[in-house]
Amino acid sequence: MSEITREQVEHLAGLARIALTPDEIDTMTRELGQIVDNVAKVSEVATDDVPATSHPIPLENVFRADVVGETLTAEQALSGAPDHDGSRFRVTAILGEEQ
Amino acid sequence: MAKADLMDYDEALERYEVVLGFEVHVELATKTKMFSDAPNFFGGAPNTNVTPVDLGLPGSLPVVNEQAVTYSISLGLALGCSIAESSRFARKNYFYPDNPKNYQVSQFDEPIAFEGEVEVELPDGTVFHVPIERAHMEEDAGKLTHVGGSTGRIQGAEYSLVDYNRAGIPLVEIVTKPIIGAGALGPELGAAYVSTIRDIVRALGVSEARMERGNLRCDANVSLRPHGQVELGTRTETKNVNSFRSVERAVRHEIQRQAAILAAGGTITQETRHWHEDTGRTSAGRPKSDADDYRYFPEPDLLPVVPSRELVEELRLALPEAPVAMRRRLKADWGFADLEFQDVVNSGLLQELVDTVAAGASPQAARKWWTGEIARLANAAGVEPSSLVSPLHVSELIALVESGELTDRLARQVLEGVVAGEGSPSEVVESRGLRVVSDDGALIAAIDEALASQPDVLAKIRDGKVQAAGAVIGAVMKAMKGQADAARVRELVLERAQA
Amino acid sequence: MTDASSLVRLSAADLSAKLTAGDVSAVEVAQAHLDRIAAVDGDVHAFLHVSDAALTTAADVDRRRAAGEQLGALAGVPIAVKDVLCTIDMPSTSGSKILEGWVPPYDATVVRKLRAADMVPLGKTNMDEFAMGSSTEFSAYGPTHNPWSLDRIPGGSGGGSAAAVAAFEAPLALGSDTGGSIRQPGAVTGTVGVKPTYGSVSRYGAIALASSLDQVGPVSRTVLDSALLHDVIKGHDPRDSTSLRDEWPSFADAARRGLAGGALQGVRIGVVRELAGDGFQAGVTARFAEALELLSGAGAEIVEVSAPSFEYAISAYYLILPAEASSNLAKFDSVRFGLRVVPEGGGTVEDVMAATREAGFGPEVKRRIILGTYALSAGYYDAYYGSAQKVRTLVQRDFAAAFEKVDVLVSPSAPTTAFRLGEKIDDPLSMYLNDITTIPANLAGIPGISVPMGLAEEDGLPTGLQFMAPAREDARLYTYGAALEQLLEQGWGHTLISRAPDLSATEQNAATEGVI
Repeated sequence: MSEITREQVEHLAGLARIALTPDEIDTMTRELGQIVDNVAKVSEVATDDVPATSHPIPLENVFRADVVGETLTAEQALSGAPDHDGSRFRVTAILGEEQ
Repeated sequence: MAKADLMDYDEALERYEVVLGFEVHVELATKTKMFSDAPNFFGGAPNTNVTPVDLGLPGSLPVVNEQAVTYSISLGLALGCSIAESSRFARKNYFYPDNPKNYQVSQFDEPIAFEGEVEVELPDGTVFHVPIERAHMEEDAGKLTHVGGSTGRIQGAEYSLVDYNRAGIPLVEIVTKPIIGAGALGPELGAAYVSTIRDIVRALGVSEARMERGNLRCDANVSLRPHGQVELGTRTETKNVNSFRSVERAVRHEIQRQAAILAAGGTITQETRHWHEDTGRTSAGRPKSDADDYRYFPEPDLLPVVPSRELVEELRLALPEAPVAMRRRLKADWGFADLEFQDVVNSGLLQELVDTVAAGASPQAARKWWTGEIARLANAAGVEPSSLVSPLHVSELIALVESGELTDRLARQVLEGVVAGEGSPSEVVESRGLRVVSDDGALIAAIDEALASQPDVLAKIRDGKVQAAGAVIGAVMKAMKGQADAARVRELVLERAQA
Repeated sequence: MTDASSLVRLSAADLSAKLTAGDVSAVEVAQAHLDRIAAVDGDVHAFLHVSDAALTTAADVDRRRAAGEQLGALAGVPIAVKDVLCTIDMPSTSGSKILEGWVPPYDATVVRKLRAADMVPLGKTNMDEFAMGSSTEFSAYGPTHNPWSLDRIPGGSGGGSAAAVAAFEAPLALGSDTGGSIRQPGAVTGTVGVKPTYGSVSRYGAIALASSLDQVGPVSRTVLDSALLHDVIKGHDPRDSTSLRDEWPSFADAARRGLAGGALQGVRIGVVRELAGDGFQAGVTARFAEALELLSGAGAEIVEVSAPSFEYAISAYYLILPAEASSNLAKFDSVRFGLRVVPEGGGTVEDVMAATREAGFGPEVKRRIILGTYALSAGYYDAYYGSAQKVRTLVQRDFAAAFEKVDVLVSPSAPTTAFRLGEKIDDPLSMYLNDITTIPANLAGIPGISVPMGLAEEDGLPTGLQFMAPAREDARLYTYGAALEQLLEQGWGHTLISRAPDLSATEQNAATEGVI
């Protein structure tokens, strides 16, 4: 019995900035429901006494010295830009606020 | 935009208890960015200060700047914090065009520093202990310019331009715990707190901390609750607070605004508000779409930062004096009156005085010049006093006055020369020929000439009306282009008049 | 003078010998491979882009060799590069429409190393979009076809690299492996593929899928060839914080030790009960059992080990990967690079981002992004992502316990032979099961190799055997992998890949074979 609802998928699509079509939302709700049912069993063995591992090979204190390296030229930086004004990337009007 | 109703300030405080919180972002003055080796300086042509990492290009990876970590630890220690045994970076996920990866590498549940306290002194001498929740490392975003529309602000803009030069600059975010009990002093406390943070980071040398340049940014959180209520009220977060004075004004305004709403039976919306310096008001920000769920998780591309206890101790020993303690000591050492000292502090010139005194000047002379003529020139030019002249040069100038080589008036001319970039005070004296003429012979020549051309004055002086000498003194000073000690001229005038 | 068509049949080691001896020029070798690509890639579709600089690069190598310069072992040897890697002179699409035509302003570190070793990049190979898949059917540019049977999948996500090598279009290729994307294609195309220890090869410039799982590795037709390539790309990279500082031994030497005879004597080989083939295709299980007998006959001790946490490995993987990928793929937003789609009537930048990502991402990518966003969501983190990271700990512990008892672990590299194009594409869960034997190594960060172990009886298609070694012990994979390869080839009297159908005789039938 899956937990994922259509509303949730819509909400997630919003968070992920993907304009899913209604059909896609339907399909995805079904598919994700099945997948989640399947993967949810991880919580069975993930008891409190088991620590989480986020890095497969433990390392720590990996740093670099505060020394200037090479930068891209503005031309290189803008080379892939869909739209720019010669020095800056250009985007259409912004709706939301800075975080 | 409708004008908000504001309750009278004193009434607001009578009816409600104010709880404050501040989030201060400090830009670290490292040579390179937080996670890339692009140079850390602001300015330069757009997008010339970026690597693939700063643009968030596919395949790019972050690498931590060691200096930023040591600066952050020092800052944490200076805030009285404990330093984490193990600290991790985390991704804060949200979409925004100035955010090159659409996640910010920050810290979440394992910040580098936590649980501290900062002593803050208000202008009237009251001392507060502001509790610090945490200080953590993160990277700055790029800069957006909004084009089209009438205000240059985001509303009504047709399009926006993005410059990623600033993306990746190292930041430390300092978060206070809820500040309770400030009462009517809340707004001043806010300003004083931010000013104290600025003094701390400048004394540490980890940041230039100029609010007007964005090296130091403050978000002010305000909530109200009825007296005696335990539960905290709903808080608002106010951004775009760009000076100490703005902090004070914004906090005061929010208190008044929220009180009016609550008193009328309304509720406060938890939201981000924008401070408007020109109107002295806050306005509601635009929808903050991802704020509810940043989906923090440990940054898989970076490894834990595990500062050794030896390093932490080493940095702790290297800490400079805390600002409040330092101020107490200086005021006592210098023997300033309360108002004199406060004046210096409020003008942000404390460090300048310290440096000038260290270079040999007397505290009072240093104060006189910095808060007097230098501040005046700075105001006129619209810049910071410290950008006009160095403490070393001020000290040199003071020494020249004290040795009698310069009068006050001449010294002001010399100062202008120094400010104009003509060199050190001694160099300006030479090149402009501004030295006080100490050779009596030259003075006497000028005096005799002046007396000869003003026989009536000469007669008056001989008659015992010494005030008349003023006209002759004036003429002599003019002839000497001010390069004479007026007191000595007067002496000589009276001597020569009798001769 | 060596016949061009036989040049492409040579291993990289043999090509290297000929190049060094001056028997053949780098230009001839490059040309032969370009000709081969022209002849067969219409059917195979391993390449998304063929380099127009290959001959120039080859000519330069020849010139410098002639001038007496000391060149590395693989100088002048051609190589195909998976399109997940950034190349400054060729588009790097990661198999996605959202990066169509994007040429990066920088080279991946491994690509820099290839160039510094004077290898000759032939082009970029096809892959499942953003490396998400096990069949290369999710490429936005059409699937790659298995050279053994053009109506079948070549494995994924690195089907292009494996097929290029299997079709003799390149002696070597670079791939990337997040859950089996090098090893599983190796198994179903009869080639060799290696996933190195996590952190032993730089990820800088490899377009990220799941940061804690991705590794770049070699693809070849022989174990020694993979070792030679691994020696070029290994090593610490200051641009990759997860990169290990270890000094690595020569993997080519490790492979040669395996070929020298007697290498399997006394080696303890663990068969993982949970990966031993319950429900696997009969032909796979049969070849695996025979391989175990061969190993035992050569003096190895076969031991059964148990890794109970492996039952949860796929679930954990399909939480960790989508979570990290959902964040890694957020950068594809139409602002700085890649596709931009403006909705009809215009829109805010948020609208443009959403329309771009809707149009630019394929169904599997969208599925995993949404799943990953879910797994990280407020209120769900502990149950999903948080729990999955704990399963990772358990998997590491099971491996550690197993490696107390044995020197290497073995399993089939894939549960089936190459299935038909289109067969599993509508069943994500079934598709995910292709990675059942390869995923544990990625979770734990340990290295693994797939070595061809024979053709399945029922369909005559290749199967592969996987060795896994403790972290940092990649050398063992080459020694034992080469030893097994030699034993098998001695038994067969030929290499496995030599049994692949002759492609040049095939019509271009891809279009008529029900390709998606």
